Amino acid sequence: MQYKNIWSEVPPATVKETPSRFGNALGKYSIIVSDACNDCLKCVAVCPEKVFDAQGTKLATPRDYLCLGVSCSKRSDRCVKNCSQNAIRVGLNPSAKALGDKRWTPDLLISNWHMAETGKLPNSDIEYRIGDSKGGFDKLRFVFPKQPPKPGLEKSSIDTSILLNNRADDRHKITIPIPVYGGGMSFGSISQVTMLSRIRAFAAFGSFCCTGEGGYPEALYPFDDHIITQVATGLFGVREETVQRVKIVEFKYAQGAKPGLGGHLLGPKVTEAVARIRETVPGSSLFSPFPFHSVYSVEDHKKHIDWIKAINAKALVSVKVSTPSDVDMVAVGSYYAGAHIVHLDGSYGGTGAAPDVAKKNIAMPIEYGIPKVHNFLVNEGVRDQITLIASGGIRTAFDIAKAIALGADGVVTGTSELVALECVRCHNCESGRGCARGIATTDRELSGLMELAWGTQRIINMLSCWRDQLQEILYRLGMSSIRELVGKTEVLTHLDYTSEIPDDDIRQRKS
Amino acid sequence: MPKKYHIHVQETPNRYPKIGRSGIVDWGEGCLKCARCVKYDCVYGVYKDRRFSSDIFGDTIDELCKSCFRCVQGCPKHLIHKTMNPEYEALGDALYTPEIISITWQQAESGKIPVSGAGYGGAFSGPGFDSMWTDMSEIVRPTRDGIHGREYISTVVDLGNRPDRLEFNEAGNLITQTRPSVRLPIPIIFNLPPFGDFSAEVWEAFARAAGSLQTLMFTSRTEALKLSKKYANSVVPILNAGESDLSGLDEFRIVEIVDSANSIEAMQKLKALNPERLVSIRIPAISSPENIRRAVEMTRAGADVIHYVADELGYEPGIANGLHIKDIIREVNRELLSEGLRDQITFMASGGIAMAEHVIKGVLCGANLVGVDIPLLIALECRVCKNCREGGECPVTIASIDPEWGARRIINLIGAWHNQLLEMMGAMGIREARRLRGEQGRVMFMEDLENDTFAQIFGSR
Repeated sequence: MQYKNIWSEVPPATVKETPSRFGNALGKYSIIVSDACNDCLKCVAVCPEKVFDAQGTKLATPRDYLCLGVSCSKRSDRCVKNCSQNAIRVGLNPSAKALGDKRWTPDLLISNWHMAETGKLPNSDIEYRIGDSKGGFDKLRFVFPKQPPKPGLEKSSIDTSILLNNRADDRHKITIPIPVYGGGMSFGSISQVTMLSRIRAFAAFGSFCCTGEGGYPEALYPFDDHIITQVATGLFGVREETVQRVKIVEFKYAQGAKPGLGGHLLGPKVTEAVARIRETVPGSSLFSPFPFHSVYSVEDHKKHIDWIKAINAKALVSVKVSTPSDVDMVAVGSYYAGAHIVHLDGSYGGTGAAPDVAKKNIAMPIEYGIPKVHNFLVNEGVRDQITLIASGGIRTAFDIAKAIALGADGVVTGTSELVALECVRCHNCESGRGCARGIATTDRELSGLMELAWGTQRIINMLSCWRDQLQEILYRLGMSSIRELVGKTEVLTHLDYTSEIPDDDIRQRKS
Repeated sequence: MPKKYHIHVQETPNRYPKIGRSGIVDWGEGCLKCARCVKYDCVYGVYKDRRFSSDIFGDTIDELCKSCFRCVQGCPKHLIHKTMNPEYEALGDALYTPEIISITWQQAESGKIPVSGAGYGGAFSGPGFDSMWTDMSEIVRPTRDGIHGREYISTVVDLGNRPDRLEFNEAGNLITQTRPSVRLPIPIIFNLPPFGDFSAEVWEAFARAAGSLQTLMFTSRTEALKLSKKYANSVVPILNAGESDLSGLDEFRIVEIVDSANSIEAMQKLKALNPERLVSIRIPAISSPENIRRAVEMTRAGADVIHYVADELGYEPGIANGLHIKDIIREVNRELLSEGLRDQITFMASGGIAMAEHVIKGVLCGANLVGVDIPLLIALECRVCKNCREGGECPVTIASIDPEWGARRIINLIGAWHNQLLEMMGAMGIREARRLRGEQGRVMFMEDLENDTFAQIFGSR
C-alpha cells in the first residue's frame, strides 16, 4: 500500500459537526440539573436543540451552550415545565459575561463558536452580526426591500466570487469563490497547526491565506497555490525561492493594529523553530523596522513592485497599507506603481502583539477608509482596474457585506478564524509562552492542544456559514452576484443618521 | 542636537494586590477529586501561586488569573466559573475607567509600554479625546523609526514669552532683550491634583520624580514652601487669586498666579523682584469669549505661560455639559493665531489628561505642553474612589508611602508615557515635539471623517 499523507491534501469544503476541544463549551446560558432528577428523560424528548441527551438510561451532562435561553425553557412544552421533579434551572451563564470585549462581545464569540461547530447560525437570541463598539460596522444596518426578491433568483446559485486581477496584463487571472482570504499571521505569532488550519480551510474554498512576515515554513509547501507570501519590513525568511512559489505576493507597508510601527514578536515566542525560519537568534525580541527604508516615494514603491514582478513573472502583487488621512493618495499611487490589489488595513485590526496606544489611536477605522479610497479611485477612473480589499475589524459575514457595500471588492480576516479555533479574546497572545489555548503560541506543549483536522474543519464550518449568510443577504437584496454589491451604499443605513432601526436579522428562527 | 533624553525605569511592585477584571468562582461542593485536576494544568500557575492577602483580607487569585477559561471549560463537574469582578467594575469614574486605572498601575509598576495581543477591543469612538485619531505617514511621507533608538526623536519644549522677532541696531548688535526661558525635556508637567490623600511624603515623591524627570510640579504655595529647597528648581508654587504677599518665593524659577483682575500687577511685581523668573497664569478652561480672550491679554502683558485648567474629567469647570479641554485648546490656539501671538507664548493645558495618547492629542490641538494630575496618584495605587475628598480613609493609604517608592512609580509611569509619545510621533513622521503643536495635518477629528464619508452617503446627522 502506498503511503498517503492526508495532511498535505486540500480538504473538501463541506460542513462536519466539530464540537469544542475543551470539555465544557461556553454558551450564553447555563443549565443546572439538581440531584432531584429521576432520569425520566422527558427533557430529552422536549428540547428542540438536543441540549439534553441520554447516556444509557441516565441523563447526560446537558450541553447547555446549545440552549435557546430562559424564555424557551419556561414554555409549557419545554424542559423546565415538563420536569416532574422540578430539577432543571436555566439562567444566564455568569462566565459568559467575563468573555471578550466591546468589539468581540460574548454573543459574537459564542455565535462564531456555534458556526464553527455546526456550520449554522445559532437559533437563539444570540447576536451574530455586530459587536458593542457603538460605531462603524456596529451602527450600520442593511435595509432589505419588503418585496420578495427577483423572480427566478435562486439562493444557492448566487455568485460570491471575486476577481483578484483586474489589470489587463498576462499575469494569473485569479478568481476566489468567496470574497474573503486569510490575512497575514506569521509563524511565531501563531503555531504551525494554526497556520495550516487556516491555509487548508481557505484552500478548501479555493481562496488564499497569507503567511505574514515570519517566513515560509516547509510544511506549507503543499499549499503553494493557496498561499500569499508576505514581504514586510523585517524581510524575515524572504527569499527568491519563496517569492517564486506563490501566485500572490503581498507587501506589508503597514498594519492597522500598529500603523507606523514595525512588527513585534517578543523574545519568549522566538523559539528554535521560529528563529530558524526567520534566520535570527532564539529568545531575542524581534521589532521590525518601520518603514521600508528603501521606499520613500511612489517611484521607490514602483521599484519595489517591479522587483517582485521580475522575480515572479506570473504573480499578482498586493500592497497592504494602513489608513492615514492620505490613504487615497497611497492607493492611487499603488495603482500607478503597478499593484493588482490595494489592501487597506484599518486601525482596529488584529495583531499578535502591539502597543495599546497604537491599536486605539493611530490612523482611521476601516469604515471611513473604504468609501474614501473607493470614491477616489472611481473619480480617478481606475477603480475597475484594481482590486480593493479591506481588513481591520471585520468579524462577521455582515461586516464583510457592509465593507463591500461601502466600496471594497472583498475582505481579509484573521481574528475570526482564531475565534473559530476557540480564542476567547483574553489579549495575552504576546507574552511568555503565548496563548494558553494553544492558538497563538509556538510553545511545543501548548501548540499540542489543537489537532490540525479539528482546526481546519472548524474554520471550514465558519466560512461555509459565512458564504450562506452572504448568499442570503444578496438574495434579500435581489442581487445575483456579490460584485453587484460593491459600493452600493443605498442598501445600508447608519443609526446616527436615521431614527428607524431596521431589523436585518436573516435567521429563520424556530419558534 | 540636545543630549538624548532617557528615563531610567525600574520594576517597582505594588504594595497592595491589584484589583483584577474578573473573578473565579470555585465551588468545592460536588468535586470529584479527579486524579488530574484542571487546577494543576493552569498555564499561569494561578492555583499554585494564589495566597491569602491580609491587605485585602482575601484571595489573590483574581489578580493572577489571565482569563484563559481553561479551568472553567475543563472541570468535569462545571464547578469553576468566572464572573466580572464587581470591585473592578466599580473602580474610578467616567474618565478614569477600570481599564485606564489598571493599565496605569501596570505602567507605574513596570515602566514599560503596555503591549498586548489581539486587536483593539474598545469602543469605536467616544467623548473627548476618543473622538480624534492621530495620523500616520505612509510611503509618500516617511515615518521616523524612533522607539528603539534607531532615529532620534526629541520631546523637548521651551517655556517662556519669546519676542516675535530679533532687532539689531545699525552697528549690527542685538538690541532685543533676551527673555528668560525654561527648557523641559518632555511636554508634560505635574498639575496640582484636584484631590488626594496627601502628606509630606506624597509631595516629596512628586518633587523627587519631577526633579529626576527634569520637569515641574505645581502645588500650593504652602506645600511648596514646606518642601526642601533642593527641589526648588522643580517646584512651581501656585498663588491664590489676588494674593498680595509675594515674599519667600525667591528660589522658585517659575511662579503661577490664579487669574484675577490684578494678575498683571502681581506678575509685574514678581518680575520686578526677579527678572529671570517666569510667571504662569492659571485660567479656568471655560469657553466664554472673555475667558479665551484672556490668553491674548496676558500674552501682551508679558506672561510667560498661560495655563488653562479643565475640571478633573477634562471639561469646562462648573458648567453642565461643558466643552472638552480639546475644544478649549483649539479655541485658545485659534485666538492666539489670529492675533499673530501664537509663537510668543507658552500655552499649557491641564485637566482630563489620563493617558499618554492624551498628551499627544492635547498638543496636536494646539497646546505646547500638558499637565497630568490624577494619573500621578494612580501611579501610587489610587483607585479614584475620592474618599479622601470628604476626609475619608484612603483604601491604599497613599499618605504613608515611602517617597522613594512613590517617586520611582511616577518616574516609571512617565517613562512609559514618554515611550508612547515616541511611538506616536514616529508613526506621524514628526521628530520634534515643538513641531507637533497645533499640527492640523497630523490629526483626524471624528466630525471631519463623518462629514467626508458617512454624511456624503447618509445625509445629515
